[in-house]
Amino acid sequence: MTESRNVPVETSNEAARKKAQRRRSIAIALALAGFALIFYILTIAKMGPALFDRAL
Amino acid sequence: MDEAVAYLDDSRNVSAYAGEARVEDYLALLKPRVMSLVVFTAFVGLVIAPGVINPVLAVIAIFCIAVGAGGSGALNMWYDADIDAVMSRTMNRPVPNGRVSPGEALVFGLILSGFSVVLLGLATNWVAGGLLAFTIFFYAVIYTMWLKRSTPQNIVIGGAAGAFPPMVGWAAVTGSVTIESVVLFLIIFLWTPPHFWALALYKQGDYQAAGVPMMPNVVGETSTRRQIFVYSILLAASALAPTLLGFAGWLYTAVAVVTGVSFVALAWRLLVAEDGAPMRKTARQLFQYSLSYLFIVFLALLTDTVLTRMGGWF
Repeated sequence: MTESRNVPVETSNEAARKKAQRRRSIAIALALAGFALIFYILTIAKMGPALFDRAL
Repeated sequence: MDEAVAYLDDSRNVSAYAGEARVEDYLALLKPRVMSLVVFTAFVGLVIAPGVINPVLAVIAIFCIAVGAGGSGALNMWYDADIDAVMSRTMNRPVPNGRVSPGEALVFGLILSGFSVVLLGLATNWVAGGLLAFTIFFYAVIYTMWLKRSTPQNIVIGGAAGAFPPMVGWAAVTGSVTIESVVLFLIIFLWTPPHFWALALYKQGDYQAAGVPMMPNVVGETSTRRQIFVYSILLAASALAPTLLGFAGWLYTAVAVVTGVSFVALAWRLLVAEDGAPMRKTARQLFQYSLSYLFIVFLALLTDTVLTRMGGWF
């Protein structure tokens, strides 16, 4: 009886753990994308108008 | 001390909530409320600094200062998990409640700190980057690991960490440290003791339980209230320095005088308040007022400078 009551709790914990892990993974992915974007914007800003000063 | 060791041991926390850390728990490690004040004062330092900065680089600079502050907050929570666990104000932080392990908080703090310093150095200049690195080091090592648990002057000296951000913002534009940026530093530096000692006066049971030698626990309430009053006078006087040095106008001066006099008046009320509940009530009022005070003074400086640049206000 005790065992059967424990099963849903463990399942629930496992589901919560997976959900938290998924959200953390998404946050890390967004942080990495943001990191790349910041460096791209920084590079463009540092180069300034000289970026377009070239023969096409 | 056993408790301290226990909280630095990952295995203890893993048992309860392993793998359940939410994104919000990691955001809480950044101490968002402290970060907001850091960001605001750094922004003021950056805007009022003489010189020109690319707006994109300015945004990146503020972002770096925010991330650096967050990283140092995470390092603080990593190291202080043992005492955070016994104080009512901090016991629900992610590390003491077990959602984030100390090791994760440490790595998170180190990565953010390194990232913010390097990015700020690349985006603006290495004076600003170096100052940010020193600020993080000062908060995490000098204050958190050394001063906080060893001397009642902990927040007096450690307050420097919270006072550096406007100087970093200023350096991001000018690439230097000048007397004006030192004045901004001084205002926050002198604001810190009355702010935290007012908190300690009505939360001293917490600090006592955690074994943190805050001023009221070590020298008593009367001496602390006297020191709060002295620091309040010094703070109100230092807030007039921008006027005396010529980088603030009448708008700022009027605000600094009114808010400074109010600060000293409240500190005086605390000094003469009856012991017990009346004293704690006044201490709480001073703590809350001090938060508004710093925001208003820096906002006045920002507004004054912007209006002056827009066309000779006053």
